[in-house]
Amino acid sequence: MATEATAEAGKAVGMPQLDFSTWPNQIFWLLVTLVVIYLVLSKVALPRIGAVLADRKSTITNDLAAAEELKQKAVEAEKAYNDALANARTEAAKIIAAAKAEIQKDLDAATARADAEIAAKTAESEKSIAAIRDGAAAAVAEVARDTAVELVTALGGSADANAVSAAVAARLKG
Amino acid sequence: MATEEGSGLAIHPMDQFVVKPLFGDGPIQWYTPTNVTLWMAIAVLAVVALLVLSTRRRAIVPSRGQSVAELFYGFIHKMVEDVAGHEALKFFPYIMTLFMFVFLSNMLGLIPMSFTTTSHIAVTVVLALLVFLTVTLVGLYRKGLGFLAMFWVTSAPLALRPVLAVIEVVSYFVRPVSHSVRLGGNLLAGHAVIKVFAGFAGAMGVASVVPIAAIMAMYGLELLVAAVQAYVFTILTCVYLRDAVGDAHH
Repeated sequence: MATEATAEAGKAVGMPQLDFSTWPNQIFWLLVTLVVIYLVLSKVALPRIGAVLADRKSTITNDLAAAEELKQKAVEAEKAYNDALANARTEAAKIIAAAKAEIQKDLDAATARADAEIAAKTAESEKSIAAIRDGAAAAVAEVARDTAVELVTALGGSADANAVSAAVAARLKG
Repeated sequence: MATEEGSGLAIHPMDQFVVKPLFGDGPIQWYTPTNVTLWMAIAVLAVVALLVLSTRRRAIVPSRGQSVAELFYGFIHKMVEDVAGHEALKFFPYIMTLFMFVFLSNMLGLIPMSFTTTSHIAVTVVLALLVFLTVTLVGLYRKGLGFLAMFWVTSAPLALRPVLAVIEVVSYFVRPVSHSVRLGGNLLAGHAVIKVFAGFAGAMGVASVVPIAAIMAMYGLELLVAAVQAYVFTILTCVYLRDAVGDAHH
């Protein structure tokens, strides 16, 4: 056990921890220290740090909520965009179909008109072809008759117009 | 704890623990400013610097100092809540005080030539008795005689309960002893060992590389011990406090 004298000399004999003469001093200063630290912590440090942590927590929570909201908005915007796109597609398809139908109608009408015109022209042509053929047949008979008359005359005979006509007609039939 | 005198080997591992007056050589009265006062005051300043000055900007995005303060706060707050229960949170400033004091005193004690206040049984006994008295008084106040039910182990067979009750009571009253001696003894032993090695280093010439290496290793270990003992002291406080404020189940 250290005596006061040795402790004062700065030399420890045995354990200074068991030198009970210094205990009141240590205990007094320890209690002062603890009270000061307690006051500093409970009045200043801990409320401040607690408030900062709470602030941060609420800030983070708010930010997360805001982010969630923005995400929701983005999803909605995407959905609206997709809807608009789908609408535009169906609209375009409708317009295309309508345009096609109209064109088809015009085309059909034009085709019908053209067909009718072609038919009319064909009929007209056939008529004129028939007329030309008739004309040609008559002309052939006339030419044959004239030629026959000329041949008969040239051979020195007198041509009987009626006989020649009958002969030519017979030949043409034959 | 023999100190060898003479023969070149002058090792005084306990000198570092001597309580001396700061001014003059007079007798140590209870109010005398001593090296105890000095190093406790430094611990107070360290607490202020660590937890008050560093947080003065109250930043949402903390600076390094503020992060450390928040780390301490969160660590102890979580410990109190997890170990002692939500009810015990009103004792959070008290437990934080104990932790900061013990932790910083342990750390400051590792500065060469410093004085380790927590290596003194006087200090750790008072700390442990404060915890013991707090737990006992709070327990009796909140639970009345029901607090004594924790000595009556209802989960044990009836015949064993009186025996267990005796053991429980003894262990309850031994708590402050183990609580205080664990802290004081750890620090005392570590510091004394470092000092012994330092004494060898001074007397061994070139071969003193060996004790110096040993001192470095011990110093690393002592850093760990300083932090772990502060942690252990605090978590035991929480465990004891749970008996007083929490539900009776262990």
